[in-house]
Amino acid sequence: MDIKAYIILSLVLFTIGIIGVLVRRNAIIIFMCVELMLNAVNLLLVAFSKMHALSSAAKASANFASDAQIFVFFIMVVAAAEVSVGLAIIVMMYRNVHTVDVNFLNRLKN
Amino acid sequence: MSIIQIIFLLLSVMAVGSALMMITSKNPVNSVLWLIVVFFAISGHYILLNAQFLAIVNIIVYAGAIMVLFLFVVMLMNLNAETEPVKNRRLQLIGITSGGALMLIIVSAISKIDVEQLVQINAGDSGLIKVLGMNLFKNYVLPFEISSVLFLSAMIGAVVIGKKEEIENKK
Repeated sequence: MDIKAYIILSLVLFTIGIIGVLVRRNAIIIFMCVELMLNAVNLLLVAFSKMHALSSAAKASANFASDAQIFVFFIMVVAAAEVSVGLAIIVMMYRNVHTVDVNFLNRLKN
Repeated sequence: MSIIQIIFLLLSVMAVGSALMMITSKNPVNSVLWLIVVFFAISGHYILLNAQFLAIVNIIVYAGAIMVLFLFVVMLMNLNAETEPVKNRRLQLIGITSGGALMLIIVSAISKIDVEQLVQINAGDSGLIKVLGMNLFKNYVLPFEISSVLFLSAMIGAVVIGKKEEIENKK
């Protein structure tokens, strides 16, 4: 497979995530779109790591191509921590204003 | 067209279509379920790239743990299509236009460059558990240990935020 196909696929998924963040008002759906963007980046990182596995430098060092996949692993770790805190904040917000509409969070404006 | 290209195309259509369904469906429960389909398609891509460890971790952590948490919160708040807040048409149009313009520009720029780099498909041992484990515990031990501290602080943070109401009531 060409690397370009993976770049375009990741870009399309990433922009769908951006459009979701811009269009929706439900805080949970906005949060899910952020997860989608993280996954698009993960897919691109894995594709690049497998692209480097074909290069001549990969034959010299065994760890050369797996570094990017370790990076993806750490992105997943941080995303899991982020989701637990973020959902706690959204539940807290729902308890206070009884809605998940992000437009109600404009108290700092005035 | 080889079998690899057909599988790639199928998984890509599945991922993009489910992502579009996720941001367009009115009911938040349906959105969560469509996002799980996206994660399964991305796991399929990982298996196609022979990154087996990440494919399994993606299913266990994302589809198994994170999305169950999302589903739990959505059902706890009893959200459905009636309670869904709707943005006005003008703002929706502006969002779709700006996002689509971004995608159009970057995709056309990427497709112009003539780099013929190939990706290793369904071969190579860089994604196997043995290689990744050796690399993780030899070269990346410190980030691994720091991530445990991160998890501890996230856990404490979630509990503190969740219990805030009771503390305020006692005062």
